[in-house]
Amino acid sequence: MTSKQVIDARGSFCPGPLMELIAAIRLADIGDEIELLSTDQGSATDIPEWIHKVGHEMVSTVSDSGVWHVVVRKAK
Amino acid sequence: MSSPKLSILVVGGSLERLQMAAMVASIGAVSGAEVQMLLSMNSLQYFARGNTQEPAPEGTIGRTMAGKKVPPFKQLLQHAVELGDAKIHPCSMAMDVMGTKSEDLEPFLARPLGLTKFLADAASGQLLTF
Repeated sequence: MTSKQVIDARGSFCPGPLMELIAAIRLADIGDEIELLSTDQGSATDIPEWIHKVGHEMVSTVSDSGVWHVVVRKAK
Repeated sequence: MSSPKLSILVVGGSLERLQMAAMVASIGAVSGAEVQMLLSMNSLQYFARGNTQEPAPEGTIGRTMAGKKVPPFKQLLQHAVELGDAKIHPCSMAMDVMGTKSEDLEPFLARPLGLTKFLADAASGQLLTF
């Protein structure tokens, strides 16, 4: 069974949000979704780039009131 | 296909240089690069085991970072080692000059390395200096 968890990295600067996401992905099961909350503007471009490079799946990237909600799915 | 190789030579001892070097190492390592870093000259002192002395900022960004939630450079380097393929080497020459032994340094550091071996390993990839 897959699950979804939220990682709150608001207030952390680059590359803190990405590192928190990677740590969560390592502990997740394949198919699990992780939603990262980040106020670091670079997250909107850097995290999709990293996800694409290492072969996981981008689900969505949405900005709401200055907070990026980046949802990824562990694919391998 | 082999992983891209990224070699990082750190000689400066300012907060900005250590921070940027650690950012490059951590991002490179978690993105699949084989990262080797050589800590030499003024950078090595901050990797003494149990050291609590913070490197001094050299400009506005460094001074401003102090009050922000910026990941500490040593934590980033530990992530580079633990989450990716990174090796952080103390420079054997700097150790000799300072009278430092391996057991005096942070445990996440790899074995001491000389410049000749570092440059030989760096020849097949990118080399960045901070």
